[in-house]
Amino acid sequence: MTAPAVGEVVAERTVHLTRESLVRYAGASGDFNPIHYRDDVAAAVGLPGVLAHGMLTMGLAVETIVPWLGDSGRILDYGVRFTRPVVVDPEHGADLVIVAKVGAADDDILRIDLTVTSGGTTVLGKAQVRVRAT
Amino acid sequence: MPVNPELVGRDFAPTAPYLVGREKVREFARAVFADDPQHLDPAAAQALGYADVVAPPTFAMVIQDLTLQQLLAEPDSGIELSRVLHGEQRFAYSRPIVAGDELTARLTVSGIRTLGGNAMVTSDAVITDAAGEHVVTATSVLVVGADA
Repeated sequence: MTAPAVGEVVAERTVHLTRESLVRYAGASGDFNPIHYRDDVAAAVGLPGVLAHGMLTMGLAVETIVPWLGDSGRILDYGVRFTRPVVVDPEHGADLVIVAKVGAADDDILRIDLTVTSGGTTVLGKAQVRVRAT
Repeated sequence: MPVNPELVGRDFAPTAPYLVGREKVREFARAVFADDPQHLDPAAAQALGYADVVAPPTFAMVIQDLTLQQLLAEPDSGIELSRVLHGEQRFAYSRPIVAGDELTARLTVSGIRTLGGNAMVTSDAVITDAAGEHVVTATSVLVVGADA
């Protein structure tokens, strides 16, 4: 694989989340916090609506680059800040748009910066994946 | 009750071994929209040199969660789940998690700092395999709000 240049977009995708996606993630992960599936509980704690699990957003974001990487074992570390909630409407769901760009590169390691937006708002801060260059 | 600063450096027991099942990896992969064959098809994973399907990178949270439950169960923690937000998350890998792994996690609380009435609690879960080799360290920053 030719080393990609800094600034190059290596992968991107849009994921449509529905309430079913949140229930599926709750079951798969074991995180049954009701703010992720009950409107009444979300409202009672002052949230704008039922939210996607932060770990669901983090998990689906990094998965965007796995087909490009070929081997997910090239990932050395991955970190994010949860800066804005993703509200998932009961009828219309929510779209997450992920763009993965090379943020830095040397001979051994690439830093891939993930931009994750929902409705035009960035929802993850400093979402960075360090991967082995080969 | 504010977050107890004495959690830093406290000794926590390792979690009970968690056996990573192939269908659990597939279930988790579907839940995070991970459709790459290495997560679903043992032959595709073996072609990359793994013994079985490869868990998506954030699957480590399932193991780390066992340590966060330990933290919340400490009677003197001062951490109440209803006041907790997930502020930051990080994973540092020695290798990916693969079906068949038997994993144990060990919790340490590395720092507690207060910021505008909130407490930021940083905890690390060091996850090792049955041979005692390091697999991944999962680090969470939990933001614990002040008493309502």
